[in-house]
Parts: sequence; structure tokens; C-alpha cells
Amino acid sequence: MLGPILETLIGGLLTGVLYALVALGFVLIFKASGVFNFAQGAMVLFAALSVARLSEKFPLPIAIVLAIGVMIVLAYAIEFLVLRRLVNQEGIVLFMSTLGVAYFLEGFGQTLWGSDIYKIDLGISKNPIFLFESVFPGGILIDPEEVAAAVICAILVTVLAVFFQVTRVGRALRAVADDHQAAQSVGIPLNYIWLVVWATSGIVAIAAGMIWGSKLGVQFSISLVALKALPVLILGGLTSIPGAIVGGLIIGAGEKLAEILLGPLLIRWFDLAGGGIENWFAYVLALLFLLVRPQGLFGERIIERI
Amino acid sequence: MTRTNFGAVLVALLGGIAFAAPAAAQNEQFIPHLVYRTGAYAPNGIPFANGVADYYRLVNERDGGINGVKIVYEECDTGYATDRGVECYERLKGKGPTGAAYFIPLSTGITFALTEKAPVDKIPIISMGYGRSESRDGSVFQWNFPLLGTYWTAADILIQHIAKIEGGMDKLKGKKIALVYHDSPYGKEPIALLTKRAQLNGFETMFLPVTHPGVEQKATWLQIRQNKPDYVLLWGWGVMNSTAIKEAVAVGYPREKMYGVWWSGAEPDVRPAEDGAKGYNAVMLQHGAGQFKLHEDLKKFVYDKNNGTAKWDETGEILYVRGAINGMLGIEAIRTAQKRFGNKPMTGEQVRWGIENLDLSADRLKQLGFEGVLKPIKVSCADHEGARTGRIQTWDGKNWKVSSDWYTADEAVVAPMVKETAAKYAADKKIAPGCLTN
Amino acid sequence: MFYREAGQFKTTYGSDEAIFPIVQDRWFVIAAIAFAVLVVPLFAGQYLYTEVLIPVLILSLAAIGLNILTGYCGQLSLGTGGFMAVGAYAAYNLALRVPEVNLILVFLFGGLMSMLVGILFGVPSLRIKGFYLAVATLASQFFLEWAFARIKWFTNYAPSGSVAVGPIELFGIPINSPERKYLFVFILVAVLALTAKNLVRSRVGRMWMAMRDMDIAAEIIGIRPLHAKLSAFAVSSFYVGVAGALWGFFRLGSWEPLAFDVNRSFQILFMVIIGGLSSILGSFLGAAFIVLVPIFLNQLPGWLGVGLSTATISHLEFMIFGAMIVFFLIVEPRGLARLWAIAKEKLRLWPFPY
Repeated sequence: MLGPILETLIGGLLTGVLYALVALGFVLIFKASGVFNFAQGAMVLFAALSVARLSEKFPLPIAIVLAIGVMIVLAYAIEFLVLRRLVNQEGIVLFMSTLGVAYFLEGFGQTLWGSDIYKIDLGISKNPIFLFESVFPGGILIDPEEVAAAVICAILVTVLAVFFQVTRVGRALRAVADDHQAAQSVGIPLNYIWLVVWATSGIVAIAAGMIWGSKLGVQFSISLVALKALPVLILGGLTSIPGAIVGGLIIGAGEKLAEILLGPLLIRWFDLAGGGIENWFAYVLALLFLLVRPQGLFGERIIERI
Repeated sequence: MTRTNFGAVLVALLGGIAFAAPAAAQNEQFIPHLVYRTGAYAPNGIPFANGVADYYRLVNERDGGINGVKIVYEECDTGYATDRGVECYERLKGKGPTGAAYFIPLSTGITFALTEKAPVDKIPIISMGYGRSESRDGSVFQWNFPLLGTYWTAADILIQHIAKIEGGMDKLKGKKIALVYHDSPYGKEPIALLTKRAQLNGFETMFLPVTHPGVEQKATWLQIRQNKPDYVLLWGWGVMNSTAIKEAVAVGYPREKMYGVWWSGAEPDVRPAEDGAKGYNAVMLQHGAGQFKLHEDLKKFVYDKNNGTAKWDETGEILYVRGAINGMLGIEAIRTAQKRFGNKPMTGEQVRWGIENLDLSADRLKQLGFEGVLKPIKVSCADHEGARTGRIQTWDGKNWKVSSDWYTADEAVVAPMVKETAAKYAADKKIAPGCLTN
Repeated sequence: MFYREAGQFKTTYGSDEAIFPIVQDRWFVIAAIAFAVLVVPLFAGQYLYTEVLIPVLILSLAAIGLNILTGYCGQLSLGTGGFMAVGAYAAYNLALRVPEVNLILVFLFGGLMSMLVGILFGVPSLRIKGFYLAVATLASQFFLEWAFARIKWFTNYAPSGSVAVGPIELFGIPINSPERKYLFVFILVAVLALTAKNLVRSRVGRMWMAMRDMDIAAEIIGIRPLHAKLSAFAVSSFYVGVAGALWGFFRLGSWEPLAFDVNRSFQILFMVIIGGLSSILGSFLGAAFIVLVPIFLNQLPGWLGVGLSTATISHLEFMIFGAMIVFFLIVEPRGLARLWAIAKEKLRLWPFPY
């Protein structure tokens, strides 16, 4: 029994990294502009479609560069057409506007790039690797694609961390994240910073889109992975990049283990028509963490004044 | 724009909805079609819709309509959502001089919803290869036509095939068969039959639901890896199919042991998995992929005139051919109805009679260009399915290849189930079973 | 000229506390109700009933429910679809198992069950706030969706997991035509909407609003968060549950849990925001907007005679719908109800704006 559990745990952690990749985009934007960007899923779809369709005409590296250009233009459009006009509105209004953006992008992406299923080939072997075959019967299964994803994610997080810590823009970003007004009063251009943040999260969306796209094929459903990133977000804390990673790992491992271990028990006890509990379990798990820490594991403490 | 102007525009905009004036000539047959060319299931919805559309166009171009009655065809995009489907139905059912001839929902969920509406509006529902399995009982489901096969038929054929591979029905004893299904009425349909078959033949079942749209299957396939079922049946649609095959690759489950229903056995399902899908099987809704006699006419009358909805290369794909078959069955039903009621546009009620008395012989199918695509089909009140046969096809990495003989679903197993479930439905709905004669 | 309050003196407590203190408002509401009950049936066709009026009314009710929670009490919820499902399945099961129960009780039962579940899932709101709460409410959405798909008893062991309601009747009168369905839905929704309108002006409503504006301050002046938040969850879920039952019985007739998925939750949240937070009228306007605009956009090319492909139309529908939402939020973040209020202000001065 230990073998399967270990295997599920590893599989879950690796899947969690994929969730974290989507959650990362959310966090970047929320941190810098206080916008709960629901369009992140649509951005992942749009980015994946861009890469997939462009790579039909150009070699993959060029396609990626072009896609980055597309995402920067998109970031500029969102900043200029939407966010700039909604300055000082309540959080919920901003949230709704990103839902509007999500609808728009889903339609626009499919009009521009087509609604069929497309391929992104990262050249990673899809056949499983089995470890410790001598210890456990059947060995422990590892999906090389997911390992690659985890590596890409690690690189991305490192790059982002360096970017935030060392560069001038990064420092400005942190300043804005800390306090909008104070940042503005020392001469940091808010609009520019927002543009940078949205562009960065667009680039994160390309990374997420390519990995998910290579896993699932590029099509509409990719935009729905955003829903899987939400429990990760709140568990880790809406403003914390390490939170997104740790949250991703906890949610990924938790939901897969629950499905394998708890699922069959629930079916037996309640005579259910099948398991499939992982969908809600992720949310319930996040909820339980929140009951203890209402701001998420790494979120900023909520201080309330009257 | 000032705020008041803005309000005025809004009022005008909303006001417009009440006035959708249909303009139609008298000698036209209106046929609506519920499609999905967008959203999560678009990759599968598009080729099917293209097949249907092209066939209607072919009939108009080649024959000048059905016995001189031109087909007017309108699509409505449902995005596979039931409430949008119902809205489309209500919008389109009254169009044209005689109203909608019939509806093709292409979604089990929408079929369920329309089943409640069809008897009131007197419009038949053709759910070719999907819908409620018990709706083949025409005395209860007078307006439903699950032509060519229901899910119980599909599941029974698959079990027969597996038994044949194992070397006989008795060899199924002690085997473990898993069903990975789309968590919707569609995916749940085969469960009843598999449960029954499991009791009869002594195999073990394992039911693994996958939540819409089916991109999260990691846990499902880890379970399969750990429980090692002898066979996996796949009841998916859209992205769920390709994801399932990819996850099977990722956990190293042999694709040769995987069998899909006919909605899990088309090109968009296997192509994204590339070589990984090699060896994967699916039951066929009689027909396979490829270009047939029909395609000569399609080329001559539609595609050479640049009127085709698909690309020419795509017309040999499974779902495209299936769309064309569905279009043909509908048209032939109208033709059958016209024999009795005269060569004019048919009402839904007349078309219903036409479908119920549809009888396509091998000769007629050959004439229509469907030789090698379909076997003869004969519909009756007792049997709204018309045919219960299928073969298995296997993906060789490039093409779908037929890999088995014909199977026919075992009436001894299926028929009592249909009877029982239909009777329960009739009791619940207070329907007095009986055949309609006109 | 016509909309003027001058000369309307409130001489009794009763008139001061009336739901519609201005005579013109009162007459407007009465006229609107009379129009809906008496005039609409004269000209409405089936399409107008089943695809426009009934959905708008039912979803308005759900939007009122969510508005109570989000607009009045400030608790953002994305679990509306799940609570609608509770209402629908509870009503279905009561109607199925105890067929002799009156139809109105069936719907109230749906509402009550949803209310209980709502209170249960409202408990975390005592500790979690803002977007954290919004995402946490998704837990209820996904759990409930799952529960109705899996627990066989809820669907009466239907092999397909899809349920269908039988013939519906009220006091022996079968409610089978679209017109009757519409009238039934209208009356129920009107009664519940007026109740809600009254409720939000009451002590309870003020308690919610205090909680929304600043929960700590409200707590300090003696409002118990437990009472305020849970009562908001309870009332909200009740409305949403009744709406869910109506949606199942009168709109769908046959449904599966997918009919109440997370998109439904978002749809209703859209209605509340576009219509206007903390406004009962806004809930109606928002529902009308969200239901009608996609239908309108979908049919527009046909009316104009522009031959666009089905796919293009659907994509354009998505794009324009998304763009309209953004546009709306930019032009009037407080929603359609606010536009209405502005119109009334203008009307007050018209035609002599001084």
C-alpha cells in the first residue's frame, strides 16, 4: 500500500506545481494592483493558442518570442482600456471587469486563432519512468512531462525572485505592492508598473499555457484550469509568491491522496455513484486552512482599523 | 454618450428581442440544427456540424431539394449547455412554413430536456447514437429516435468483443472492467447495462467519473494503475478523450486494453496523443472514416463550387461522415413522410411518422452513396433504434482501421432493460404507452 | 412635472413607513404588476414566455437572493448555483415522495432546505473575509454539485443521474401552458421581491448594511456578527433555493447537476453587479440584461441579414458581452439601478430644470 500512496503523493505534488504556475499569475497582479484577476485562465488559453498557432509557422523559440510580444500588447490593452478607467473602484468591480475581460479573451482568442484542438510539442518524452522497482511491486511512476514542468516552474520562480529583489523595476513593484499612494508620492509611475505586472503575468501565462497545452492539447478547456488555481491561491495567501508554490503543493498532493484514499471509503459508506471528490476537496482543504489562518498561509496579516 | 442616451439605447436594444419576424417562402422545409462550434467541445462539434450542413447543401444542389422542396437550414450554437440548447429549440421550432422538421441536439443533456418538450410541440428528436437508451421504446418515447444505436447497444457490443478476445462469455468471470465516464447523463448511461452484464457474466466493474470538461484525470488513472483492471471502457467527449489517452500513456496503461464508445473514437480524440494513442480501440457507430461514394457527389456539387463548410481533407473524418449520415437519415425520413402526405413541406408530426416508418434497404443506401457506410436500417414503433450493430476500430497511429467483425447487441439482455426503464418512465410521467398512427 | 413629491405629506407613521413612500412610485409598481398580469398574456407568444419572461423572472429572484448577501451584507459569494441546486433537488424530492403536497409548499420546502445548507456554509464567513470568502464559497458550489451527482437518493436512483418533474398542478389546476407557468412564477416572484424590499428596510436589513459597511464598527455598536451574517446567508439562500426550484420545475423540466454549475453562480453575480449592488430593482434589471443580451447578440446578425458563420457569431457574442460588461463597469460601476435613479432625479425636475 505504501508504494501507491507514495506514487500518488509524488504525482500530486507535481500536479500541484502546475496549479502553482497558474496561481503565480494571479498573485503577481493581486500583489501589485489589488485586482483579483479572473482573466488569468483566459490569458493562459490565449497564450497557449498564440504559441501553438505561431509555432505552426515559425520554429518554437521564435514563436515563444512572438507570443511574448502578443502578451505584452495584450497587457497594454488591458491596462489602457480597462484598468486605467477603473482606478479607485471597489475590489469587486475590478474583479467583475476581469471577468468581462475573460469573456472577451475567450471569444477573441478563438476568433483569432481558431477553436479546434492544437498541439504544442515541447519534445519531452511522454512515456512514464518507474523508480524503485525493486522496493515496490510495479515501482513508483513518474511522469517526465510533469518533472519538466516542475523544473520550468522552479526556474521561473527563481527568475521572478531575482527580478523582484535586484532590479530597479522589481524594487518599484515591491514598493507599489506595499503602498500605492506612498509609491506614487516618491515618483513611481503606477500605470507603468501595472503594465509591467500584467506583462509579467502574461509571460507566466505563456509558461503555464505551454505546459498545460503540451499536456492536454491546446483548446478551450485550458481556460478552466484557473478554477483549479483558486484554492491554491487562498490557501497560500493572495499576495505571496512562495504561498502560491506551497499552496500548489499542498492542494495537489491533498486532492490526489483524498481521491485515492478517501474516495473509495466514501463510496462504500454512502453507496455513492462513483468518487470524483478531488474537485471539491481542494476547496474544502483550503477552507480548513483558512479557518485557522484567514489570510492564507503566507498572506499578509489583515489589520483592521476603525 | 451621455447617460440618458445610453439608457435609451439599452431600452431599444432589449426591446428588439420580442420582434423576431420569420420570413419564409411556402415551398421550403425548415430544418434547425443545434451545434457547438465554440467552447470546450468545439473540436468534436465542428466536424459533425459540417457534415450535416454539407449534406443538406448537397441535396439542395444536386436534387433541387427533397422532391422539389428546398431545405432551409439554420444552426444555433448551444456550446453544449442545456439551457442554451432549450433556448435555441424554442427559438427555432416555429420557423419556416411548417415549423421545424426535427431536431438534432448532439448532447445527451439537451436530448433529456427536449424529450419533455417534443410531445407537446409535436417535433421529433433524432438523437443518433446518443440520448436515453430506453427511448428506443417508441410506444413510450413516441418522439425520440436514437437511431443506429443507443449506449446500451454500444456497451453490450464492447462486452461481447472483450469476451471474444478472452475466448468466450464464460471467460469474463473474475475479470475487472473499468468505465471511465464523463460525469453527465451521457457518461452514466452505460452503467446500468454494465452492472447487469456484470451480474450475468460474473465480471467485476469499476466506475470512475470524470468531471466536466475532463482535463483533470490524474487521480482517475492512478486508481486504474493501482487497481489494474483488465479492460478500460472510455465514455468521454471532447477534450476528455484525448486527456484520457494521454493519462493512460502517462501511467503506462496499455492502449490495446482501452475501448471507447463511438463518441470517443474519432480523429480529434487520438491526434493530440500522437503515437501514444496507437492501439487504442473504439466501437463504431457502423461507419468508419474515409471517403465513400457519397464524397464524389459532395465534391462535384458542393466542394468544387467552393460551398463546403469544411476543408476537403476533413470530409473523410469520422465525425464529418457521421454528420452526413445524420443529415441523410433526416432527409430520407422526410422523403418517407412525403410518400404518404404529398410532396410539400412536412410538419414535425408528419416527419415523425416518416422516421418511424423509415426503411432503408441496402439498394437504397447504395443509391444514396452510403454503401460501405451503413447497413440497412428499419425503424418501427417498437424499435426506434432501427439497427443494433457495430464493429470495433483501432487507431494505428495514422488512421482508424476496422479490426473486428460485426456484432449485434444481445436482445436477451437489452430488451428487458428497455422495457422496464421505459415502463418506469411512463409511470412517472403518467404516459399511456401506445403507438401513434399518424 | 409628473414625478413630483411636493404636496405629499406624511401624516401618519404608516405612510412614513410605506414601502413606496412616493405616490408615483406606488402607482408605477401597481401599474407594472397589472401590466405583467393582465396585458402581457394578451400578446405574448410562447417564445417570449419560456425563453424571456420566465428565465428573467426566476433569475431575478436568484439575483435578489445574492444581492441580499453580497449587496446588503457585503459577503461575496460564488456558491449561488449550488444553493439553487439544493432548492431544485429538495423540491423535486418532496414532489416525488409526497405527491399530495401543495405546489407552493414544495417550493417553500426547496427554499427552506437551501436555507439550512446556506447557514451551514455561511459559518466560515464569521472568520474569512473578502476574496478569501468568495473562493471559500466555491467549496459549497463544488461540494453540492458533486453531492447531487453522486448520492443516488437525491435523484431517485435514476440511472442517468438526470431527474424530470411530472405534471405540475396547483389546487387542481394543471400548470402546463407557458402562460400559466408565467403567471405562477410572476406572482411568486412578485410576492417574494416585495418581501425582500420590505426586509431590507427593516431592523434586520439595517443590521446587514452596518455589517457590510464596516463589520468591526457594527460589532462595537452591538450588532452580533453571528446573527447578522448567518441571517443574511439564511435569507439569501432561501431566495436562491426557491429560484432554483422554480428553475428546475418551470424552466428546465428535466435537469442534471450541470444545470447549476459554477457558471450559473457567475451569471447571477453578473446580474447583481450589472443591475446594481443593494438594489432589489437592480436585480430585475440585471437579470433582464444578462439573459437578453446574449440572445439578442446571437440573433442580431440574422436580423440584419449579415451572413456570418455560426462560429463567428458565437465568438462575437462572447467578445461583445465581455466588452459590454467592462464598458458598463467603467461608465456606471453602480449598475443599472443607479441609471434608473439618475433618470428619476432628472424626471423630478423635468421639464423645468430649475
